[in-house]
Amino acid sequence: MKDLYIVYKNLTRKKLRLFLTCFAIFIAFLIFGAVTSLQGALNAGVEMAADNRLMVMHKTNFTLPLPYAYVNKVKSVEGVSHVTHANWFGGYYQQPENQIVTLAVDPQSYFDVYSEFVVNPEQLRRWQNNQTGAMVGEVLAKAMNWKVGDRIPISSNIFSQSGGGHTWELTIDGIFASPEVPAETNNMVFHYDYFNESHSFSDGGNTVGWLILTTENTERNEAIIKQIDEGFANSQAETETTTEKAFSKAFVEQIGNIGLIIFSVVFTAFFIILVVVGNTMVLAIRERTGEIAVLKTLGFSSRRIFAMVLTESCLLSFLGGLIGLGAAWLIITGASKQFERFLPSLSLDQSVVIQALAYMLLLGLITGIIPAIRALRLNIVSGFSRD
Amino acid sequence: MSDDALFQLKGLGKQFTKGKETISIFDGLDMSITRGDFVAMMGPSGSGKTTLLNMLGGVDQPSSGEVWFDNDRVDNLSEGALAKWRANNIGFIFQFYNLMPMLNAYRNVELPLLLTNLSGAEREQRVHTALKLVGLDDRAKHMPAEMSGGQQQRVAIARAVVSDPKLLLCDEPTGDLDRETADEILEMLQLLNREFGKTIVMVTHDPAAAKFASQTLHLNKGQFVEEEMTR
Repeated sequence: MKDLYIVYKNLTRKKLRLFLTCFAIFIAFLIFGAVTSLQGALNAGVEMAADNRLMVMHKTNFTLPLPYAYVNKVKSVEGVSHVTHANWFGGYYQQPENQIVTLAVDPQSYFDVYSEFVVNPEQLRRWQNNQTGAMVGEVLAKAMNWKVGDRIPISSNIFSQSGGGHTWELTIDGIFASPEVPAETNNMVFHYDYFNESHSFSDGGNTVGWLILTTENTERNEAIIKQIDEGFANSQAETETTTEKAFSKAFVEQIGNIGLIIFSVVFTAFFIILVVVGNTMVLAIRERTGEIAVLKTLGFSSRRIFAMVLTESCLLSFLGGLIGLGAAWLIITGASKQFERFLPSLSLDQSVVIQALAYMLLLGLITGIIPAIRALRLNIVSGFSRD
Repeated sequence: MSDDALFQLKGLGKQFTKGKETISIFDGLDMSITRGDFVAMMGPSGSGKTTLLNMLGGVDQPSSGEVWFDNDRVDNLSEGALAKWRANNIGFIFQFYNLMPMLNAYRNVELPLLLTNLSGAEREQRVHTALKLVGLDDRAKHMPAEMSGGQQQRVAIARAVVSDPKLLLCDEPTGDLDRETADEILEMLQLLNREFGKTIVMVTHDPAAAKFASQTLHLNKGQFVEEEMTR
């Protein structure tokens, strides 16, 4: 028998209390694991955004279009290396609930701006020459079981064809990958010209959704942003240029300040658990005052008893916490399959596990420290008299 | 300190503060316990019996005076050193047994051995020897709640002797037992004293229990008022 055995027997002596306390900790770490993983998935685009990539949007709202002429004007700004443009298509496959992130883009410049994507040159050339062709991201292609050469009908929940109908027939000319950030390949792109010439709102190719550009030197980002926005000031379509990171962040925060929501949920859960577990530990140790006095009488040092109490609170925290984290992993793993195309980065990754383990240790130490100090300071004689 | 004296108290004083009042329990008490003695301490409630026993066992500190044990002064030891000293030299037996309710008899007896460097096999051997000595080796797996008061006290005795201490301090060891069981426990203490040479100091209210000791000290108002040789 070792001290750990005594700690274990103390921990498990009241099964119902152990279960209820563990359940409270379980809930806290289930919430932490699931919500933090969700936050990570939502922020994946923000984290991976390139520093030298800027987005030019309509100042009023990014859903409003910009004149096509802006493309060449932005190209002429000093320090800009590549410019492309994109339009939100609002695509879905067969059923409206089967949404596909689909953009109508300029095939000649799109992959120059998004140079981190790995594209087969032959496939790229074929796509550039095929106006009804599409390039599909690896994650999306895998999820939909699509391959090069497939003809797929993509419908829009925004646009309709000038000849009637909402569906555009596209041929998959290639599949692009992103080895470092596979999550970024949950979309597909097709020719802007095909889109622009065929949709019913077409106004002769004068507008695009937004511009994306790369700069030669990130230190000049601020100056370029200023120059672009000042250049279009007092025009019919004033612009707001931001870094891709800021754009992605603003996009995610359309549904609220995710960071604040996550912090509030996690903080509330942990605060309640801290009070519940702390109170339980204080009561548990108080009930054992006489036993602690006996151990001290037998010759167990105060430090050793202090360590035993802290170990008990940490074990309790890790027991509930690890089960909670395990449940969060199961939920996230299940959800990641369900939402593979919308949240391809959804996973309970190593950093969440490390954070959770650190919080478990912290919870154990905080909830155990007061009863441990009381046990440390317990006078044997008064310990027996209180028993 | 004579070679025969295991314990010696010199000018022992103990005061308590209660509110603004200071209450003196002992003031200049001298006492000597000879190696191999079985001493019973009797006296009315509040006479200081348990306080004296606590100071002998190093669980309470005197306000003044000296406590010598086996030619070493122990009243000035640090808390940690006192804990070690208790583990090496003293076995405690309490009125209410004070067994750990979540540990079985075997584990309870093993507790003091966790403070030694003995191997698992050595610990096991000693625990079984101690349990055999008190006649409970067959109850090793039983939890305290599954045993009678007398059996629990026998387990407590096994726990007290398992590390082979020089001195056993017993605080009303039969106070919670019926006469027949009490006599069994007292006979066991007597056996430990006579056959194994354990020095025993026992606080009791019970004159019948005191008769098992070799010497009875009567304590009143912090002083020994009478000494009686039983055998």
